[in-house]
Amino acid sequence: MGNDNEIIDNIANKEYEFGFVTDIEMDVAPAGLNEDTIRYISAKKNEPEWLLEWRLKGLQAFRKQQLPTWQNFEMPEIDFQKISYYAAPKSKPKYDSLDQVDPELLATFEKLGIPLNEQKALAGVAVDVVFDSVSVTTTYKEKLKELGIIFCSFGEAVKEHPELVKKYVGSVVPHSDNIFAALNAAAFSDGSFVYIPKGVRCPMELSTYFRINTENTGQFERTLIIADEGSYVSYLEGCTAPMRDENQLHAAVVELIALGNAEIKYSTVQNWYPGDKDGKGGIYNFVTKRGICKGENSKISWTQVETGSSITWKYPSVILQGDNSTGEFYSVAVTRNKQIADTGTKMYHIGRNTRSRIISKGISAGEGQNSYRGLVQVGPKADSARNFTQCDSLLIGDRCGAHTFPYIESKNNTATVEHEATTSKIGEDQIFYLNQRGIDSEKAVALIINGYAKEVLNQLPMEFAVEAQKLLSITLEGSVG
Amino acid sequence: MLIIKNLHAGIEGKQILKGLNLTVNAGEVHAIMGPNGAGKSSLASVLAGRENYEVTEGEVSFQGKDLLDMNPETRAREGLFLAFQYPIEIPGVSNINFLKTALGEIRAYKNLPPLDAKEFLALSREKQKLVEFDAKLVNRSLNEGFSGGEKKRNEIFQLAMLEPSLSILDETDSGLDIDALRIVSKGVNKLRSEKNAFIIITHYQRLLEYIVPDFVHVLANGRIVKSGTKELALELEEKGYDWLKEEKEQEATII
Ligand SMILES: Nc1ncnc2c1ncn2[C@@H]1O[C@H](COP(=O)(O)OP(=O)(O)O)[C@@H](O)[C@H]1O
Ligand SMILES: [Mg+2]
Repeated sequence: MGNDNEIIDNIANKEYEFGFVTDIEMDVAPAGLNEDTIRYISAKKNEPEWLLEWRLKGLQAFRKQQLPTWQNFEMPEIDFQKISYYAAPKSKPKYDSLDQVDPELLATFEKLGIPLNEQKALAGVAVDVVFDSVSVTTTYKEKLKELGIIFCSFGEAVKEHPELVKKYVGSVVPHSDNIFAALNAAAFSDGSFVYIPKGVRCPMELSTYFRINTENTGQFERTLIIADEGSYVSYLEGCTAPMRDENQLHAAVVELIALGNAEIKYSTVQNWYPGDKDGKGGIYNFVTKRGICKGENSKISWTQVETGSSITWKYPSVILQGDNSTGEFYSVAVTRNKQIADTGTKMYHIGRNTRSRIISKGISAGEGQNSYRGLVQVGPKADSARNFTQCDSLLIGDRCGAHTFPYIESKNNTATVEHEATTSKIGEDQIFYLNQRGIDSEKAVALIINGYAKEVLNQLPMEFAVEAQKLLSITLEGSVG
Repeated sequence: MLIIKNLHAGIEGKQILKGLNLTVNAGEVHAIMGPNGAGKSSLASVLAGRENYEVTEGEVSFQGKDLLDMNPETRAREGLFLAFQYPIEIPGVSNINFLKTALGEIRAYKNLPPLDAKEFLALSREKQKLVEFDAKLVNRSLNEGFSGGEKKRNEIFQLAMLEPSLSILDETDSGLDIDALRIVSKGVNKLRSEKNAFIIITHYQRLLEYIVPDFVHVLANGRIVKSGTKELALELEEKGYDWLKEEKEQEATII
């Protein structure tokens, strides 16, 4: 490793060679994944040596891994060498005004009731310097600081709190966990970092939405949340507005660590571009999310509303290590047109008297395919562990599909594992009943869907729940009839 | 209010209504009786606009408009209400939210502003009292896990909330015990007015003791074969429907 500097110099020279002149172009790495790219990224970010080493280990793991073959869909071809692994966080706005933005996208914003300034930000339009949320963000940040809460970009955390990052990064999702996690370890762009000190209850929902500098951290995001003993935090990821991105592959990693008596609630609303009617051009959302209930009585709760992406492939999981710890997974996944979702969770019961609860609601319309895949594993020491799984599928029309793959591995006969599954169709009878009360079919479907998904939507923070409800209705517009 | 002329309709190629005529005026209550499978529910479905029925002949005018030309929700917004024989369950959709949506749609159609939360709540309370509907059921999921009787009573509560001009009650009495029957009838009687009308489909004369009809019709073989006043209901109860068949056959041989 003695010749690191040489390599960095080399790359610096290459930069020049390739004729990077303007500021913007200078911040984009040439496509391809190799040691040079990784060193380039790390150098660009002024990262410490240990992090570079870790990235390189990730790269090695990535090279050894094969793409999985067990998933319930045909794996699209991904050319990892064609992807550009580094783009500077600040790129130019794509448009000068909203007039240039796809009117269909704007219509959706309208329906969701998103304020004009936020519409601009989301659509990639230049935003005035005095953006309302800047001042909001400042007060917000000060309040958090008073409580000792750290909420910043991953990159900032590496600089300001290296001891925390070093201790926990890769501790829940190792660099070699799976091929996409390895890719992320090697090439992660940026992401979020949260630390809640002992005994502190975070007084507000933390959301990347409120963090400045979050745009374009996109493709290989990495999030690390640590809740110290007796603390509580609720974190929101994503937003209901449709998100477009030129990067087709998204391979994020999220790691949650809950120490004794701590609780982390992690909510996601995922609405990435699903592709056109034939599924072309949509995002591949291959995310590794895992949390560990490290201490006694700790709790981790995942809630997700997945409506976007052409392929959603993820299993937010919980390792229940501490005695009496609890893991929860609440999910609504919608697929329509040619969309695919293969999602679910894994609950690893290790400690005594650990509990897990899984509520999964799949909704398939058009030719959408929805798979629930869940693993409940009970270890030999997990006396009196309990799991309850409810896994429902709702079909709209008869060209879509719903599949369930529940796996139970129990090595402890004091454990209780319950699994319930239902498959239902939105019946003509239900729609007619609502029609007969003056409600048109579009609204009728929205009512039925929101009723069906209620148990999950109820887990979301209030405002988010209302938005998610609207999102579900809009997503399924025109799918009945 | 409702004029049905020579209505022919069928389902899946099977002819069920075969030239049915019926006129209902505002302020009237009509009872329709008849043997199982005669087409009573089919008539209700055709009037409400259920898609799988095909109307092959005839016309229906509702408050001067062509009913058959409207989609189901428009018929409902125009003031046609069907209390279903088998009310459907919709899990997770709260009864009250559903009603708020329905009332909102109907009011919007009539260019009326939506009721605010307070007004709506007041209305709901008033109607609950009127039809003696259990407040607990108001907040539960729509018909989910309701007993047969509770479902029927919920139909009447909805009827009270939506204030339609023409209500069709399809065997609302079946599955009700005598107390529930009395409560439902009391509710309907309170809702009766000069401006609205009811078509009550039933098997039993019993209901008609509580809700006294202006006319009683017998539906058999897809047509109204006999009409009369409430005495006809008693006659039917006594003699059953077989004598009607004989009468009809005689009629046929004469012709
Ligand atoms: N969905 C359907 N498909 C085929 N036949 C039907 C359907 N629904 C009703 N029918 C038939 O139509 C006839 C009339 O039924 P219905 O209107 O329910 O009678 P009633 O309500 O008078 O008992 C019966 O012969 C019944 O079997
Ligand atoms: Mg019937």
